[in-house]
Amino acid sequence: MSNQLERYKYDVVIIGAGGAGLRAAVEAREAGLSVAIVCKSLFGKAHTVMAEGGVAASMGNVNESDNWMVHFRDTMRGGKFLNNYRMAELHAKEAPERVWELEVWGALFDRTKEGKISQRNFGGHEYPRLAHVGDRTGLELIRTMQQRIVALQQKDGRDHGDAEKFIKVFAEVTITEILKENGKVSGAYGYRRENGEEIMFEAPAVILATGGAGKTFKITSNSWEGTGDGHALALKAGGHLIDMEFFQFHPTGMVWPPSVRGLLVTESVRGDGGVLTNSEGKRFMFDYIPDVFKDKYADNEAEADRWYTDQANNRRPPELLPRDEVARAINSEIKAGRGTEHGGVYLDVSKRLPADVIKKKLPSMWHQFYELAGVDITKEAMEVGPTCHYVMGGAWVEPDTAAVIDVPGLFAAGECAGGMHGSNRLGGNSLSDLLVFGRRAGLGAVEYVKSNGANPVTDGSVVAAAAKIEAPFNNPGSENPYALHHELQETAHNLVGIIRTKAELEEAIAKIADLRARAKNIGVSGGRQFNPGFHLTFDLDNMLLIAEAAAKSALIREESRGGHTREDFPKMSPTWRQVNNITTWNGSSIAVEQKHLPDLTKELFGLFDIHELEKYMTSDELSQSRGGSN
Amino acid sequence: MARTMKLRIFRGNSKDGGLQDVSVEANEGEVILDVIHRVQAEQIGDLAVRWNCKAGKCGSCSVEINGKPRLACMTQVASFDEAETVTITPLRAFPVIKDLVTDVSFNYKKAMEVRAYEPPADLKPGEARMQQIDVERSQEFRKCIECFLCQNTCHVIRDHEENKKSFAGPRFFIRLAELDMHPLDTLRNRKQSAQEEHGLGMCNITKCCTEVCPEHIRITDNAIIPMKERVVDVKYDPLRWLGSVIRKREGIN
Amino acid sequence: MAIDSDTKTSKTGVFSQGRAKLAARTYRTDKWWIQPAITAGVLFLFIVYATYRAFENGKYFAAPLISPFYSPCLAQNCVKGSTSFVGTFFGTWHVFGMTVSPSLFILIFPLAFRMTCYYYRKSYYRSFWMSPPACAVAEPHKKYTGETRAPLIIQNGHRYAFYAGLVLNVFLTIDAVQAFRNAQGQWGHMSVGTLVLTANASFLWLYSASCHTCRHTIGGRLRNFSAHPIRYKLWGWVSVLNHKHQEFAWISLFGVAFADFYVRQVSGGSIRNLYFF
Repeated sequence: MSNQLERYKYDVVIIGAGGAGLRAAVEAREAGLSVAIVCKSLFGKAHTVMAEGGVAASMGNVNESDNWMVHFRDTMRGGKFLNNYRMAELHAKEAPERVWELEVWGALFDRTKEGKISQRNFGGHEYPRLAHVGDRTGLELIRTMQQRIVALQQKDGRDHGDAEKFIKVFAEVTITEILKENGKVSGAYGYRRENGEEIMFEAPAVILATGGAGKTFKITSNSWEGTGDGHALALKAGGHLIDMEFFQFHPTGMVWPPSVRGLLVTESVRGDGGVLTNSEGKRFMFDYIPDVFKDKYADNEAEADRWYTDQANNRRPPELLPRDEVARAINSEIKAGRGTEHGGVYLDVSKRLPADVIKKKLPSMWHQFYELAGVDITKEAMEVGPTCHYVMGGAWVEPDTAAVIDVPGLFAAGECAGGMHGSNRLGGNSLSDLLVFGRRAGLGAVEYVKSNGANPVTDGSVVAAAAKIEAPFNNPGSENPYALHHELQETAHNLVGIIRTKAELEEAIAKIADLRARAKNIGVSGGRQFNPGFHLTFDLDNMLLIAEAAAKSALIREESRGGHTREDFPKMSPTWRQVNNITTWNGSSIAVEQKHLPDLTKELFGLFDIHELEKYMTSDELSQSRGGSN
Repeated sequence: MARTMKLRIFRGNSKDGGLQDVSVEANEGEVILDVIHRVQAEQIGDLAVRWNCKAGKCGSCSVEINGKPRLACMTQVASFDEAETVTITPLRAFPVIKDLVTDVSFNYKKAMEVRAYEPPADLKPGEARMQQIDVERSQEFRKCIECFLCQNTCHVIRDHEENKKSFAGPRFFIRLAELDMHPLDTLRNRKQSAQEEHGLGMCNITKCCTEVCPEHIRITDNAIIPMKERVVDVKYDPLRWLGSVIRKREGIN
Repeated sequence: MAIDSDTKTSKTGVFSQGRAKLAARTYRTDKWWIQPAITAGVLFLFIVYATYRAFENGKYFAAPLISPFYSPCLAQNCVKGSTSFVGTFFGTWHVFGMTVSPSLFILIFPLAFRMTCYYYRKSYYRSFWMSPPACAVAEPHKKYTGETRAPLIIQNGHRYAFYAGLVLNVFLTIDAVQAFRNAQGQWGHMSVGTLVLTANASFLWLYSASCHTCRHTIGGRLRNFSAHPIRYKLWGWVSVLNHKHQEFAWISLFGVAFADFYVRQVSGGSIRNLYFF
C-alpha cells in the first residue's frame, strides 16, 4: 500500500490557507524554505473571506493619538485581562507593519483624503483603527495573500523553471493526523477529498492555521470548515488547548429566514450608526453598560448621537461595547420577552444614514439582506441575534514563535491558537492576529527547521495513519454522521451556549461522552470519491473534542468573564483572572488543568490607570506588580 | 410552510452519469443549497457538492440551476414554482469530478499566468498615497469572489475546448484591468499581453459574464471594453501611435 | 428515482470528453430564444427599410426638412434646396447607367459606427451569428476565433467610426436648427418636423455620448483620475449615460428611421407638416 501512497517532502507543511496560513507560507518561502499549503477547500475560499469590518492596526491615519499602547490597552480590556500579555503586545506593535505590507503586495484599502489607508470605528477600539475595504475586508486580505503566493510562485518559475517547486497548494485535502517520530513532528497525513486517496507529507515542521470551531454549535457564523481541526490535531499530537471555555457569540447574526440563521451581520453596521432596539422600540443598550466601562460609554441618547460627529468631546454609544456585553444584552432582552417575531432584536441603520451611503459603506450587508431575507436595510430594520462566531481558546503556544507547547516542530497561528484574545476578542483584532502570528509562526518554523533538520517518517506511522482513514468504511455500524453532528450542535448550543450553569454543563459532558461512543459506530455509505458523509466523520471527531474541552473548562471556571457566562457565578473573579485552563487529551477523554497566567511586565502594567486595574486584579497582584516603585 | 421540491440532479463522474430524479422537502426562506444538503443528509449520503460560506461570499457552490450558472446558496427555492422540476447540473465548461463538483483547476492555471502586481521598487510600507477615486475602479474588480461562473458561461471556452490554451477568461480580464488601472502598478505591457497572451481579442463582448456575476461586477462595460480600448491605444490606433512616437522624441512623459 | 443516462457522442464544447455527461445543449427552461429572435427581427426590418430608402433616391427633402438618411447631401444630383452648405464635392456618380443615390455616400458612416458599436456587436453576434444565442446555450459553430483576425479585427477601429459619427451629428443638429424655418426659409417657425429632427439629433448625441469609446476617450484611459479632475467629472457623466447605451442605441435607431419616414411622407405629400407657429 505504501508504494502507491502519494508522498511529498517539504521543509514546512501549513495546514489551512486562510490569512494566517498564507502569511506563514510567505514568511517561510522568503526565508528559503519549501512549503506545502494544505487546505480543505479550494484555494482562496478560506473563512477569512467572511471577515467584513476590517483589520485593526494603530496606524493613526484618522486619529493621530492612536498608537500601539492604546491598541494594547483596548485589547487587554476587551479580553478582560485574561490575554497572554506578550501576544497582545506583539500584536499591537506589529499590526501596522503587517497592514502596510499588504498594500505593497497589492491590497487596495479605502483611502483617507490625504491618500492614506482609511480607518473606521469598531466596538472596543478607542480610536478609528480598522483598515477596511467597504465591508469585504477579509476578501481583500485573502485575495492579496493568495496573489502574493502566486507572485512568489511566478518568481520561482522564472528563477528555477518550476513555479511549484518551492510552494505548492494542495487544495481539498483533509489532514487527519500529525505524524511524529522520536517525540518530534515528522509530517502530516490525510486524504484528498476529491477521490479519497491518501496523501503523506514528510516535513520537520507543521503549522496549524485551521481557524475556528463554530460548527460545533447550532447557530454559527462559521462555514462547514470551522470544525476545530487544528485544535484537535494539536491535542492528538500531544499539545494542549488553552481556555477553551471562551467562545465569542457575535451579537448580531441574522435570525430569519432559518436557512441563514447565524449568518454574520457586520459590526460596522453599528460602527456606522446602527442602533439596537427591542420590540417596544426602546434603545436598550443604555441599560447594560457594565461598571468597568461607565466612563467610556454614553449613558444617554443625545450624547451617543453626538459621538458620531464629535468623538473628542463625547462618549461612545453603548452599541459599540465589546461583543460579549452586547451579545448578553440581546440575549437578556429576548429572554425577557422583548424580542422580535423571529426571536431577535432590531438593528436599524436606515434612519441614520441615507440609502446611497448605506449601499456604499455596507454593500455586502445590503445584498445579504436583500437577496436572502427580502429586507431592504436602507428602508427597514434588520432582525438580529447572537451567533457563535469565534473561539478565543486554542492551541497553547509560545507567544514569540507560535510554537505549540510540548510538541517540537508544531506551530499554530490564527484562530486555532489561544491566548491572544483572553476571554473575548475585539472586532478587527482577528485579521491583524492572522497576519502578526501567521508571520511569527512562519519565522518560528524557519528557525526550527534550520536548527533541527529532517525527521523521516517510519512505515509504522504510515500504516497506523492509513488504518484510521479506512476505519469508517469497514464499520458495519448504523449511526448516521449527519444526525450525530446535529445532536452535538444541539447539545453544545443548549447546554454550553451563551449562558451556562453547573447542571447543564455536567449534562453536556455526559451527552458528549455518549455521542463519542456512538460515533464509533458510524457507517459510511458510498465510495471514497468526494463523499461528504465520509468527510464529516473526521470533522465530527474533531468537534467532539472541542465540545468536550469547552464543557469541561466551562464547568471548572466558576466566574463570568468575556465569552464565558455562568448563571450560577455571574461575577468576574480576580482570582480566576490569574488562571488559564489547560486541556490535554489522553486518547479517551479530556483532562483540564489550571496554570497561572503570566504576569504583566512592569512596563505594560504602567500603561494602565491603577484604578482600572483594581476592577480586575487582586490587591496582592496590584501591590506586587507595582513593585513599590511606581 | 414546508413544500415538496422536485429536483433532477446530475449524478456521476467524468466517465459516466446522468440525471436522477429526487423529491425533497423545502422550507420557507431556503435556498437551493439547503435542499441539496437535505438530499445529502436524508437520501444520498455521498452526493457531492462543493460549498463553503453559504452566504454568497466565497464562491464555492457554483452550479447550473435550470441551465443557468448560479450560486446554489443564493438561489431561493421560492423563485421556482412548486410544480416545476428543477434541474441541477455541475458547471458544464469544466471537467466533472463527481456529481455537482467540477475540476476548476483551469482557473488557477490562468491565475498563475497573469503577472503579479509590481509596485515601484522604492515604495516603502506605509508610504503609498492613493486617492479614493483612483482606486475605486480596481476595487470593483477586487470584489470578485472567484466563483468562476463567468468563466463557465463564457462561450469562448464553454463551447470550444481548444480555446482554453489561449484564453484567460473574464475573471482574468478583470484582474488585468484591475492591475492596468492600479495607480501604482509599474508594469507597462499589460495591454499588449492582454491581447497577445491572454486572448482578450477572442472575447466578442456578448456579456454573459456580466449577466451571471453574483457580485454584479460590470465585467464587460467596466473591464473588458476599457481594456479593449486600451489595447487599441497601443496596437491599432495609428494616430495614437504617432502621438506617442512624437511625445517620446520630444521627451514628454 | 430513475437514472436518465442517455449520452451523446459529439465531442465538442459542452459535450467534450471529461465534462458531465449531459445530453441537452441547454437546460434553460425560460424562453431564452425570444430576446435574440426579437433583436434579429427588428434589426432585419430596419436593414430592409434603410436599404430601400437608401436606393430610393427620392422623397428625402421637403423644405426645410431633410431626411437624416440623406444629410449632408453632398452630390450634385441632390434635389434642389437639399444640398449641403459644405458643397457638392461628390459630383454625380453613375453605376451601370444608374445614378448613385447621394444617401450611399454618407450612410456608410453611421453604418460603420453601429456595426462596430460594442452594444450592437453583442446583439448581432448573439442574434444573427448565434455565438452564443443566449448565455449557457451551446452555439452551433465548430470553430471560434473571436475578434482576433480579419475581418472582425476591424472592430478595433470603432473609435474612427465614432469620430465620423460625431461629424454627422453636427450636420444633423444643423438640420434640426434649420427646421426652425418655414418652407419659404423664414426663421422663427416651428413644426412637427422641427420636433422630429430635433429629437433625432438629440438621440444621436446621446447615443454617441454614451458610447464606450467616448467614455474611454474622455477619461477612461487615464490611470490617475485625481490628476485630471475635469476629465474625471466628464467621465463620471459619460459613465452614467454609458449605463443606458443599449437603450440609446435602440431609441436613436428608431428615431432616425422615424425621422426619415416622416420626411418621406411629407415630401411625398401623404401628410402635411403641421406648423405650431
